[in-house]
Amino acid sequence: AALAPDAPVLHEELGTNVVHTRSFVYGDPDEAFRSADKTISVKVSYPRVNSTPMETYGVIADFDAGIGRYNIWSNFQGPYALHPIMCDALRVRSHELRLISPPSSGGSFGIKHGVYPYIVLIGLASRKFGCPVKWIEDRLEHLAASSASSGRVTAMEGAFKTDGTLIGLRIKQVENVGAYLRPPDPAALYRMHSTSSGPYRVRHISIDNRAVVTNQVPSGLNRGFGGPQFFYPMERLMDRAALALKIDPAELRMRNLVRANEFPYASPAGSLLDSGDYQGALALGLRQLGYEALRAEQQTARRERRLFGIGISCGVETSASNMAYVNLALTQEQRSRSLPKSGASGNARLSMDPLGSVVVHIDSTPNGQGHNTVVAQIVADELGIDPHDIAVINDLDTLSGPWSITSGNYANRFSAVVSSAVALAARKGADKLKAVAARMLGVAADKVELAGGMASAPGARNEPIPIRRLAAQLHWDSSRLPEGVDGAVDEVVEFSPSILGEPDEKDRLRSSLAYSFQCDLAAVEIERETGRVHVRRYVSVHDVGNMLNPAMVDGQIYGGFAHGFGAAMMERVTYGPDGTLLTGTFQDYLCPTAPELPPLEVGHLSTPTPHNVHGAKGLGDGCSMMAPVTIANAIADATGLDHLVPPFMPGRVWEQLQGRDPDAVEDRKPAGETDALPILPGGFRGSGEAVIHAPPMRVYQTLLDPEALRAIIPGCESVEITGHETYRARVRISIAGIGGSYDVVMRLFDRREGERMRLSGHAEGKLGFGEGVAIVALAPLPDERTRLTYRYVATVGGKLAGFGQRMLDGVVRVLLASFFDRLAAHLSGASMRGGFVAWLKNTLSMLRMLVHRQ
Amino acid sequence: MKATRADEKVRISFTLNGRQVSGEAEPRMQLADFLRHVLHAHGTHVGCEHGICGACTIMLDGRAVRSCLLYAVQVEGCRVQTVEGLSPGEGKLNDLQEAFRRHHALQCGFCTAGILISATQFLSEHPAPTEHEVREMLSGHICRCTGYHGIIEAVLETARRRAQTQGRAG
Repeated sequence: AALAPDAPVLHEELGTNVVHTRSFVYGDPDEAFRSADKTISVKVSYPRVNSTPMETYGVIADFDAGIGRYNIWSNFQGPYALHPIMCDALRVRSHELRLISPPSSGGSFGIKHGVYPYIVLIGLASRKFGCPVKWIEDRLEHLAASSASSGRVTAMEGAFKTDGTLIGLRIKQVENVGAYLRPPDPAALYRMHSTSSGPYRVRHISIDNRAVVTNQVPSGLNRGFGGPQFFYPMERLMDRAALALKIDPAELRMRNLVRANEFPYASPAGSLLDSGDYQGALALGLRQLGYEALRAEQQTARRERRLFGIGISCGVETSASNMAYVNLALTQEQRSRSLPKSGASGNARLSMDPLGSVVVHIDSTPNGQGHNTVVAQIVADELGIDPHDIAVINDLDTLSGPWSITSGNYANRFSAVVSSAVALAARKGADKLKAVAARMLGVAADKVELAGGMASAPGARNEPIPIRRLAAQLHWDSSRLPEGVDGAVDEVVEFSPSILGEPDEKDRLRSSLAYSFQCDLAAVEIERETGRVHVRRYVSVHDVGNMLNPAMVDGQIYGGFAHGFGAAMMERVTYGPDGTLLTGTFQDYLCPTAPELPPLEVGHLSTPTPHNVHGAKGLGDGCSMMAPVTIANAIADATGLDHLVPPFMPGRVWEQLQGRDPDAVEDRKPAGETDALPILPGGFRGSGEAVIHAPPMRVYQTLLDPEALRAIIPGCESVEITGHETYRARVRISIAGIGGSYDVVMRLFDRREGERMRLSGHAEGKLGFGEGVAIVALAPLPDERTRLTYRYVATVGGKLAGFGQRMLDGVVRVLLASFFDRLAAHLSGASMRGGFVAWLKNTLSMLRMLVHRQ
Repeated sequence: MKATRADEKVRISFTLNGRQVSGEAEPRMQLADFLRHVLHAHGTHVGCEHGICGACTIMLDGRAVRSCLLYAVQVEGCRVQTVEGLSPGEGKLNDLQEAFRRHHALQCGFCTAGILISATQFLSEHPAPTEHEVREMLSGHICRCTGYHGIIEAVLETARRRAQTQGRAG
C-alpha cells in the first residue's frame, strides 16, 4: 500500500516512501531465461514477526557529569558496530559511552540489538535529570515499539530445464522496513544476498531490491534475519517447479543441490560454501521421515478425501557474517568513498592468576546459548585443567573487556569465530606454561603434556608438576622468565579469518565464514471443515560441522523450531487499515506453547569447516528460517493451493480453501459507486433525513460552497478548499461540557450533481480524534423542496473514545440537528444572527430535536 | 472496607517460603512487583503483566497463580512460595531443578521460575503424568528458547524418579 502512487508520503523531506533501491546481475540471467524449457514464478508477501524474548528491553543509565561519561547497563546484544552510531547520536567520544551488557540476558534472538535507540534516549534523560535513570520496557511497549522482522514482498522467477535443473533466477524484493530505515537495515535484504543461489548450483541470477517505509514499527534483527523472507519464495518456487515438471520434489532438489565433491563451492553472488554433503543430508532426511511409506499413506488419504501433504525445504545458514555485507546496499562508487569494511572477528582474553584460576573474557553476549559452558570446556581441554577452575566473563564492558565492532551475539558467530579466539588464547597460555615446565622437567617444551591439572613429560627428570604452580611461578619469579616468555599468562586474541574480504567491483562478496546445511521435511493433515493444520511429522536434519556441545546444538534446533513453527502457524505483527497495531498483547500476538508444538525428530551430519580452529559452524536460526516454507509446501501438496501466506491459522487456511484471500480487507478497496459504508473497527452508525425548503441543486451547491459551510457548520470558525475535493475547517464545539477546537479535514467523492455525494471526514483535537464516512442523498419534493437523507458511520479515538457509545451518538445527533437547522435558515435567507439570540434559538431547537428523538 | 487514598501505603504481611515477611505498598501494587521491589525476592520474573506468559507464576496457599494478576494486598496472611523456596537450602537444587539442568530444560532461564512452580503443583497432583498431560500443564507458559522439549522430559523424569523412591519407601 505504501507503494501506491497516491499513498501518503511518510517523510516529506524524502518525497518518496522508497528509501533504498539497488539492482544486481550475476552471470547471464536473460540468456538463461531465453533457453529455459519452463519458467515458474512465485509471488509471496512474507509477514512481519517479533521474536518476543521473555525478558523485554531494559536500560539503566548513569551520566557521570564529573568526567562526562555515560555508564549504561542494558541487555543490548550487539553488534557493537552500533556503538559508534550511539556515540554520534550523543555527540561524545567513544570512551565517554561505556556500554555494559550484564550476563544472562533473558533471551534476545536478535531483537535486543534494537535497544540502541533507547540507550541513547535513557542516557540523555540521565544527563538532563542529573541522576541515574532506569527504564524497563513492558510487553505492550515491546510489541508496539521494540522492533520486528522486515516484511517482504518477493516476485521470484525460475528458469528450469525439463529435467528440473534450475539455470536462472530473477528475484524482485520489496522490503517493508517500518517507519524509519534504522541501522543495520536494509541489511536484512543483504544477509542472504551473496547466497542468493541458496544450496543450489544455479549460476545466473538478477536481483532488484527496494526498501519501503511504512507507518509501522522499524524493522530490525529477529531470529533468521532475512533468512525466512528469502527461503520462503525460494523453496515455494522449487515445489511449484516440481509440480509443473512432474518431478518428485525431493528428486528435483537432489538434482540441483551442490555436490559433495564441489566444495568449497563459489556461488555466483560471491559466497564460498565451505563444506557439506547436501545430498547426503537430504537422503538422511528422507530415510528418517520414511518418505516412500508416507507417500503411500498420502494415496490412501486422498482416496478417503482426506487432505494429507508432505513438504520439503533445503537451506544454508550463514555463520559469522562478513560485516561488509551491509555495504552491498551501496554501489561500488559509494563504497570507495567510505572506509573499507570487511571481516568477522572474534575476541577473547585469557589470563591465569597466581593461584592458577583462569579468567576468560569473551566478546559474545549470550542470552541462553550456553557459551560459558562451551568456553570452559574448550579451555579445560586446551590447558588440561578442571572446568571449575575457569571463570568465563561475558558481561561485555566496552571499557574493560576486549571488543570490536563485530562483538555481540548475532549471525551465529560464537561457534564460528569466538570459540576459535578462545582456543588460540588458551594455546598461547599453554605454550608459556609448557616453557616453564620444560625447564623444570629438563625436556623440550613440545614434549610437555598438560592433563589432569598436571604438567608431565615422558622421560622427565622430575615428578609431574601441578599446573597451578607453573602459573604461580610466572607471577612470583618474574625476573627469571624462560626464553621467549614475556610474562604471566595474559593472552588477548582476535581471530579474524582473512578469506572474508571486501565486495568486488561486481558486488560479489564472501559474506560468511561457514555455511551449515539444513533440510526439513513435514507431513501435515488439514481438516477440510475448519482449515486446521495438524503437523503429523516434522524431521529436521542439520550439518553444523563439528559440534562443540551436542546438547547446546539440539537446544538451538528445538528453540529455532518453536520460532519457525510460530511464524508458520500463528505469529504475525498485524496493523489495521488505519495503522493502529492490532497485535499489542500476547492475546493477539500468539506464541506457540507446549501443546501446539508437534514432536520434532532431529537428524545430524557432521562435515567440519576448514575455516576455523574446531571445524564448527554456527547454528542459531535453523528452523526459524525453514519451518514456515516446509509447512507451506506440505499444505500446498495437501490442498493444491498455490498462493499460501502464513500464518496458517485455521480461519485463514479455511478462507484460502474457499479460494478467498484471507488478507483482503473490505474497506481497503476504493468505495466506488457502492452505497456500502466501510467497516470501521469500533465504529457506530446512524441515519436520518430532513426536509429542506429549496430545490435539490441549490442544496447541493450550498453544501459545496466554503462560505455557506462556514455559516452552517455549528461552531465553525473557518472553511477553506485545500485540494481536489478536500476541505479543511476549524470548528469550536463543546462535548460533554468540555469545549475544544478541532481541525477537520473533509473529502468528497462519488459525487453525482444535485443527487448524491459521499463525505469522509477526520477531526482532530485536544480530546482525541473522530473519523467518519457519510452518504448524503437529495431527492426532489413538490413545490421546490428537497428530502435530504443521510447515513453515516463514525469512530472516535483518544479521550473521546472513553465517552461511550450512547453519549457520542447523542452528541452527533445534536450536531446534525443543528447543522440542518442552520442549513434551512441559510437557504431561506435568514442570516444567522450571531450572539445570544442565535445561540439560544439554536440550543432550544437542538433540545427539541433530542426530546423528539427520545 | 477501609478506604485508602491511591498513593497511601498499607502494610502487608504473609509467609514467604516459610518465613514471616511484611512490607509497605500502595493498594494498587501488583504482587509480582511487591515480591521483587519491596521484598527483593527477584527469582520471580515478569514477562507480560497481562497473565499469559506465566513467568510470574508463584504458589499461593498451595495453588500456582499469576502474581502479575494479583494485588499484593490480596495475599495478606496467606502462604506464598516462590522459586527461591524450592531449593532444599544452601544453594542446592531440588530433584525437579536438577532434572531441568540435566535435560537442558532452560536456556536464558527467564521463564523457568514460573514453570518450576506450575510443575511443582502439577507433580503433587499427577504422580504418573503422561506426556500429553505435561504439555497441557505447560500451555500456561511461554518459553521462547527451548521449544519445551527439555522441560517436558525433565518433568516426566522427575515424576518417574519420585514414583520409584515412593515405591521403594511405600
